[in-house]
Formats: sequence, C-alpha cells, structure tokens
Amino acid sequence: MTGSVANQATPEPSRTPSRAGFLGRLREEYRASDKAGYLFCLPYVAYFAVFTAYPLIFAFILVFNKWDIVSPMQFVGFRNMQRLASDATFWMAFANTLRFLSLHIPLEIILSILIAVILNEQISFRPFFRGAFFLPFVISGAVVTILWQQLFSTDSGVLNLLLYRMGLHGLGWLTDPSLAIYSIAIMATWKNVGFYIVLFLAGLQGVPHELHEAASIDGANKSQQFWKITLPLLNPVVVLVAVLSTIGGFSLFIEPFVMTGGGPAESTLSVVLYLYKQAFQFLRMGYAATIGFALAVMIFVVTLIQRKLIETEQLY
Amino acid sequence: MGKAAKKVLMYAALTVAALSFIYPFLWMASASLKPENEIGSLNLLSRSFSLRGYQAVFKQIPIARALLNSVFVSVVSTTSILVFSSMVGYALSRLRFIGRDVVFNMVLVTMMIPGQLTLIPLYVLIVRLGWADTYKALIVPAMMSNMGILVFRQFFRSLPQDLVDAARIDGCSDLRILFQIFWPISKPTIITVGLISFIGSWNEVLWPLMVIRKWNMMTMPQMVTLFHVGGLSGAQVAAEMAAAMMLALPVVLAYLFFQRYFIESLALSGIKG
Repeated sequence: MTGSVANQATPEPSRTPSRAGFLGRLREEYRASDKAGYLFCLPYVAYFAVFTAYPLIFAFILVFNKWDIVSPMQFVGFRNMQRLASDATFWMAFANTLRFLSLHIPLEIILSILIAVILNEQISFRPFFRGAFFLPFVISGAVVTILWQQLFSTDSGVLNLLLYRMGLHGLGWLTDPSLAIYSIAIMATWKNVGFYIVLFLAGLQGVPHELHEAASIDGANKSQQFWKITLPLLNPVVVLVAVLSTIGGFSLFIEPFVMTGGGPAESTLSVVLYLYKQAFQFLRMGYAATIGFALAVMIFVVTLIQRKLIETEQLY
Repeated sequence: MGKAAKKVLMYAALTVAALSFIYPFLWMASASLKPENEIGSLNLLSRSFSLRGYQAVFKQIPIARALLNSVFVSVVSTTSILVFSSMVGYALSRLRFIGRDVVFNMVLVTMMIPGQLTLIPLYVLIVRLGWADTYKALIVPAMMSNMGILVFRQFFRSLPQDLVDAARIDGCSDLRILFQIFWPISKPTIITVGLISFIGSWNEVLWPLMVIRKWNMMTMPQMVTLFHVGGLSGAQVAAEMAAAMMLALPVVLAYLFFQRYFIESLALSGIKG
C-alpha cells in the first residue's frame, strides 16, 4: 500500500507535444479526469481539514500556551515542555506504564503463542475455543473493568475466594500500591490475548509444512521444531504484538479511571488519565496538549522501531 | 508420554484456559440476578434469582435513554462511515483525477497520528462549535474512517474493470456503479468495516466522557461507567453488574451471530491502527 501502487491504474501522461506548458497539461489532465473523483473525495477532504489538520495545528499552538478555555490564551513559550520534563507526577505515570508493560508484554506473548500453537493442532471445537478467548476483546473496556473490579475485590472477590480455598492468604489486588498496576496488567492480558492468538494463528498458517516434515525426517522432535523453526518464523508477529501492547499500554485510560482513579498512592496513574485530569480537573489545556504531544512522540518512536525490526526480519 | 495422554493433557489445558475466559462473564450474569448477600461466592446458581438489579438500574439512571442514544449514534456513524469510505475507496481505486495521490496520502498520514494528540484540540473545537452535549459531538467526528477507506480501496481494486466499463457503456453514473454494482458484491467488506465501526463506536468511553455532561445525552458505556465510578449505584453490586450486562449483551449477541467476520475484522483493525 504505497504511493507507487496507487499510480498503477493511472494512464501514462499524454505524450502529445503540448506548447501550453505545465498549466496546459494540467488543464488537459483535468478535462480527461473523472469529475466524480472530486465529488467523492470532497466530503473526506473537508472532514480531514476540520477534524485532522485543524486539531493538529491547534495542538501545536496549545503546546506553547497556557489556557483554561475561559480566559484568553497566554503565550508561555517552552514553559509547558520544561514543566513536563520536571513534573514528577508525569514521570511517575510514565514509570507506571513501564511497570505495566514489564508484566503485560511477556505474559501476552507467552500465553498467545502457547494457545495459538495448541489451537493450530488438529483439535475439535476449535471455533468454540477461539471464540471463548476472543470474547473479552470485543466487549467494552467499561464492562471488563467493572467486572474485574469485583473479581479483584479483597473481601469477596472471586480471585481471593479461590486463594482462600487453596488455603492461601488473599491479596490486595487493587489496594496494594505495589500490586495494583500488575493486577491491571493481568486484566489487560485477559482482555486482549484472544486478539493476539488470532495474529499468531495467522502467522502459524504462514509457516510452510515442508519445513516441519524435513525436520522430522532429520530426527528433530516437536519441541526442537518449535524452537528452531516455528518461533524464528513467528518473530515478526512477536514484534508486532510487542508494539501493539506497548501502544495499548501508553493509551491505558478506562482501566485505572474506573478501578482505582489512579490510586492507591498514584501507583496506577496512567499518562492518559493524567492528561484527562490536567484538562478537566485543573483546566490546563496547554499542558494537557503537551502531554498528548509527548505521548504521540513516544508512540511514533515505538512504531518506527517496529517498522525497522520487521523490515530487517524480512531480509532473511 | 503416549500420544493419547498428550492429547488429553492438551484438551484439559485448553478447557481450563477457555473456562477462565468464560467464567467471569457467567459470574457477571449470575451476580446481576443475585441478592447482595450471595454475590461474594464462586457459585453461579442461586435459589433467589430476581430482576431487582435490573429494576434498580432503570430506577436510578436513564439507562433506556442511554441505550437509545448509543444505538442512534452507532448506527448513524457506522452508516456514514460505510457510505463515505466506500466513496473515497472507489475514487482512489477506480477513478483518475489530479490530486488522487494527495488524498491517498492524507489517509495514510492520518492513520499514523495517535488519537491522544488531537484529543484536547478536538474537544475545544466541539465546545467552540457549541456542540457539547449534542449528538453532533458524538457523531460528526466519527463519520469517516481511514481504515475503512483503505479496506474498501483494497477490495475495489480487485474487481474486474470490465464491470465498470460495461456499466459505463450502459450509461451508469459512478454513483450508481458504486452503490448498485459494487456494493452488492462487497458484502463481506461491508460487514467487516461495519462491524469494526459499530463496535468501536458502541464501546467508546473516553470521547463521550469529554464532550457529554448531561445525563440524558450520555451513551451506554459512559453512563454505565459513571454509574459505577460516581457512586450512584450506592455500591449495589447486582445493579452494577446488571448495567454492565446491558452494555455487553448487544455486542455478545452480534458476536455470536457474526463470529467469523468479527475475528477477521478486528484482527484487521488492530493491525491497521
């Protein structure tokens, strides 16, 4: 899906010698073009101008201003950025995201590969199993978080009831500051793993059968085949899953908003929740836009790294 | 370990895993029907199931209105996405005009912009337009889908040119070619884009939380969230679970109906953005 592909259907520019120059050729091309194209694209271009280009420019302006929506905007230069750099709460939110990812990414990758590999075998009821794992992914984050808040409840939650049954102590899943963000990571894994299973299943379909057959003739057992053939070939999917989880982690909002409000002791404050609070509790629009800008830069960098990693993979 | 033993182990592991995904939903359904003192239990069944939780929700918040709002907003924005993105997809794949590549690049660039970046300016724009607390705030910014455009473009490129040529000779306009010839043969694509759009719109929480303050204008996920967070439920777990059930049920039903498309389409949407 690159620009050059888009050109394929376009006829070669007319070769008739034209003395009219660039403008003339443009006029000719316009005459030969399908007017419907403009008509069909007009609503999109208008939409783009109003809801993409304008907000982008406005975000850029906001970053250099202090503004509470009510009073006039006040130019502050780079002060928002300086403030961000030295804002302990922002960096705490950023660190929380990293703590979240440190559990979420490995858990997500290991579980989804494991289940995908099993589902890829000759098993019955595959649609049922796949459907069961995928169900939480299609349901609103609001439902999942409200439900899991009950499951995580210290006194009467299902998780602690299970622990009591096994003769263990209950945990303060959402009340213990050193645990809460990891509880949210477990829940996020539960919600999204079905989606990553689908990605890995698609990846496994792409692993040629002949490789496994050749390997088993050479005497490689199943686990050798998995580590030496399947896993290396799945590498691009692993990168993709890691990147998508990272972007998801940076966008974390509804989970801490509903379950903990960012607490206890700000241990689950996410960057987007912090942005939301700055904008709507403290009416610091310029600062909130700066946080959004920083977030966008981070996500952009992660995406670039992904592109690079997957491109190098494909060289083999 | 024998082959059969391995197989049994595999199914056992799979079943336990699948149960841990389904059990919470069953627990939610059961909790929404139980009296408060029985909710803190692993049992799914109870002798005293009742609809009190659901009644409480209807009494305490305008949930019927929220349901209506959500259906209206999701249906209108999904329809609009289907119409507009198929039009742009058609133009990008089937028509020649100056600036076509510019439009195509707009689509690609927009898809790379994270939503958080434009969140605050978009909110300000909506306030300035005077659209806060109206359907316009929820619908208009959701009327186009870049992913939808790319999916339609990709599919329309695969259709034979003869189809277009024959229709043109018969005097068909591009509008008719798109909606009377291309649409009927694009059902899987329409379902795919439609599902992604509908689910996305139905589940969206952050945006309504920003632009809607009036209770009678709220969407389902927003109202259910605030019912829970704002303490309106008075910590009645059954009522909270009932509200969550009402939010989840339409999606679950749609999911059971369209499972195949669902999985394909959401895998697609995840990869794209």
